[in-house]
Amino acid sequence: MAIEDREVTVVVNGQERSAAVEPRKLLVHYLRDDLGLTGTHIGCDTSQCGACSIMVNGEAVKSCTMLAVQAEGSEITTVEGLGSIEHLHPMQQSFWEEHGLQCGYCTPGVIMAMLGLLKENPNPSEEEIREGMEGVICRCTGYQFIVSAVQKAAKLMAEAEEQKEETLVANLVREGTHNG
Amino acid sequence: MANVIGASLKRKEDPRLLTGNGRFSDDIQLPGMLHAVILRSPHAHAKIKKIHAEEALKSQGVVAVYTGKDLEGKIGPVPSSWLVPDANLKEAPQYPLAIDYVRYVGDGVALIIAEDRYVARDALDLIEVEYEVLPAVVHQKEAMQEGVPLVHGDIENNIALHWKAGEVADEIINDAEVVVRESFYVQRVFPSPLETRAAIGQYDAGSGELTLWCTSQNPHIHRMVLSDVLGISEAKLRVIAPDMGGGFGGKIGVYPDEALVGYAARDLKRPVKWIEQRSEHFTASNAGRDEIIDVELAGKRDGTLLAIRVKNTANLGAYLSTMGPGVATIDFGLMITGAYDIPHASCETFGVYTNTTPTDAYRGAGKPEATYQIERIIDLYAREIGMDPIELRRKNFVRKEAFPYTNAQGLLYDSGDYEKPLEKALETLNYEELRQKQRELSKQGKLIGIGFSTYVELCGFGPSEVAGAIGFQGGVWENSTVRVHPSGKVTVYCGTSPHGQGHATTFGQVVAEKLGIPMDDIELVFSDTKSISMGWGTYGSRSTAVGGAAVSIAADRVVEKAKKIAAHELEASEEDIVFENGKFQVKGVPGQQRTFQEIAKSANMAWNLPEGMEPSLEAQSFFKPENFVYPFGTHAAVVEIDKDTGEIELKRYVCVDDVGRVINPLTAEGQVHGGIAQGVGQALWEGAVYSKDGQLLSGTLMDYALPKARFFPRIESAFTETPSPVNPLGAKGVGETGTTASIAAVMNAVMDALKPYNVKDIEMPLTSEKVWRAIQDGEGN
Repeated sequence: MAIEDREVTVVVNGQERSAAVEPRKLLVHYLRDDLGLTGTHIGCDTSQCGACSIMVNGEAVKSCTMLAVQAEGSEITTVEGLGSIEHLHPMQQSFWEEHGLQCGYCTPGVIMAMLGLLKENPNPSEEEIREGMEGVICRCTGYQFIVSAVQKAAKLMAEAEEQKEETLVANLVREGTHNG
Repeated sequence: MANVIGASLKRKEDPRLLTGNGRFSDDIQLPGMLHAVILRSPHAHAKIKKIHAEEALKSQGVVAVYTGKDLEGKIGPVPSSWLVPDANLKEAPQYPLAIDYVRYVGDGVALIIAEDRYVARDALDLIEVEYEVLPAVVHQKEAMQEGVPLVHGDIENNIALHWKAGEVADEIINDAEVVVRESFYVQRVFPSPLETRAAIGQYDAGSGELTLWCTSQNPHIHRMVLSDVLGISEAKLRVIAPDMGGGFGGKIGVYPDEALVGYAARDLKRPVKWIEQRSEHFTASNAGRDEIIDVELAGKRDGTLLAIRVKNTANLGAYLSTMGPGVATIDFGLMITGAYDIPHASCETFGVYTNTTPTDAYRGAGKPEATYQIERIIDLYAREIGMDPIELRRKNFVRKEAFPYTNAQGLLYDSGDYEKPLEKALETLNYEELRQKQRELSKQGKLIGIGFSTYVELCGFGPSEVAGAIGFQGGVWENSTVRVHPSGKVTVYCGTSPHGQGHATTFGQVVAEKLGIPMDDIELVFSDTKSISMGWGTYGSRSTAVGGAAVSIAADRVVEKAKKIAAHELEASEEDIVFENGKFQVKGVPGQQRTFQEIAKSANMAWNLPEGMEPSLEAQSFFKPENFVYPFGTHAAVVEIDKDTGEIELKRYVCVDDVGRVINPLTAEGQVHGGIAQGVGQALWEGAVYSKDGQLLSGTLMDYALPKARFFPRIESAFTETPSPVNPLGAKGVGETGTTASIAAVMNAVMDALKPYNVKDIEMPLTSEKVWRAIQDGEGN
């Protein structure tokens, strides 16, 4: 019955990691049990709740819908790869400030799903945010403060992006002067 | 730190949870840990003839298989903790694994322990159970009839309990000018915390101590009950509730599964982890509600209400859960008059066994049902006499001057001002204009409905004497220790057990304000029976009103002692010491002061304490409240119904809650939002569906509709504050108000919209099909 384990290597949160796993092992179990990244949670067994959402090659994916072997060679970001307690990512900071979480169980998945949304639509309306949450379930908050958090995050991330651009331009100008 | 109470502070809990640093049950990995799965009955009712576990045991990686017979005499039945008196209560023993009969789909049949969770799951398919399938009974009213299958052979008519409170003479009903009758079904729903249940056992053979991490809202109740079930001293059983992904009542219960995990860990002397699957959760974890409520409301044509007579037939499932017997009796039956001064009331409750998963407390526990029936029937009464539902409510509200007010069932409402939140809600809604708009749109053929729920609920369980009198197997007082370290940093130990409510923040705010120290200097400890001597947990919106009160009193005691030390050091009399902003100051002598931190050091060093004073700075409070607390408020929903499809759109939701003194408006509002989502979920989308033979047809998240973000408008929430006299914080409870109020508000709005068709009731949840059919069958169609 036993099928031989396969070595699966991925880049998680910027680090190359590998482990030998059964071919049938779900990606979420590989991340949690083999790599010890327990920030990604499991809330159901039918891919409805979205608590296990992560980024695979830049796209939000429910990690219970993929086998670990399917992730071979991919770049993965989990909640652990966003910000730290000392330096929260703007999305995490916004969830904190707007009280976008209660028990915190769905939160990592919701954050990942919402980062996926902002990637596609950096300035979503309230309606678009609510639509964008179709793939996740939160049982605690009634969603309202999550919506507020995503709105705030969109603003913070846009500002950060602008600042980055300004710095880039300033640097280019400076370099230009320098070289000139 | 002045004015910390009442501030919308960000939560202390969050940075950890936001970065994946939470520690939930499934995150716990122990060396040599085994994995458990439970084989569950696929039949609602069957005799177990034989269990063949040989194949499973032969499978590589399977360590053990236990059946009910294997455990006979080694592990006791898991008892209910609410033995409602004077109800002819018949408790059938629930053994952790079924022995001869299975009584619901999901009943545990065998426990499999393996080296790996995948291997354990594989082994489920290798166990063969020979069943003799028996007829099942699912519906509570059917279950009470003659000649139907008995869930427990020796319990007649499947009646687990028959309880009565209050008396309404027939003449009052018969002679009344107006009597409105209706039967409501508050359907079975699932609490559905996003994290399912879990248990991890670890046995230390040297000390004989068993540690059980489990998803419990009340670890000390788990310890008390499980020590008995497992035959282990409470002093050797440590129960820890790790971070928990919600509870909503579903994790109050002491379940067979937790006992099994503890047993196996001790038996195998290796750590054992059990994580419930979501689909398993639907049949293995207690459900909520499932009550058929027949109501008669009698009064005068001018709107004066005289009497309410209620019969509740509650489906308790196959066994009595931890709190199950109390929900449809005490919690429900004593609150049937709601916010109204109705002089006569009676409630008769039948609790019925069926071949379904047991029911237990779910957010609000009895109060949403009580609120539902009174708020629904009062609307029907208003319709009957042609009065605006708001006017009828106002006419019958318990008056502000009447508090403390004893309701017809003998409960003493602590404080209230029911007009205040109503006024505020009407103003927010712009009620008169909204009604006008409704009439205009109605002329254009649009179905707009406005519904209200002016609720009051019983929270803050509770006075110990009352708990005893109503058969609750617990003390329900609270316990807190405030421990000041030599540096002035503080650790606070609490007997309540939060799982999303944010008590590390709100209780921290109480301590910060009392001790005048920064929030960052305060650590809160919950949910571990080894660090906290006793406590009764988090449910029934009791944590702040009872647990928070204990924290507040303990902090006051710390200040009291610290003041004595300061007076001694400053050579002043204690009366002349003022404590403000973390400093003990001699009145009128600037500069003569000690900081809280200086006194913390003095107390712990004890080099120079007042004569006779014991060292250290630490105080404990065991707070036993003298009464429950009664939050209240007004919730209003505005809906629009699509005539052609029956689809309901929730257009607006306005709520004004009075939960006494609010410690943190931000987290309080979060609680209200979440509660509303669950109540609206019950009204519109959620509902357990069983087939006639007891198969759960709504047993996955594909079939059971949990609310989604796009279903809601922005909730317009506000508070009024009427302090409770019951505890020093003046706090009531906020966790359940949203659920308690919203079910009726939404239903009343839908009924209001369907008024042109003279529809009086539709069974929840209000699917488009049901609404469409009601329109088709309604008057004028």
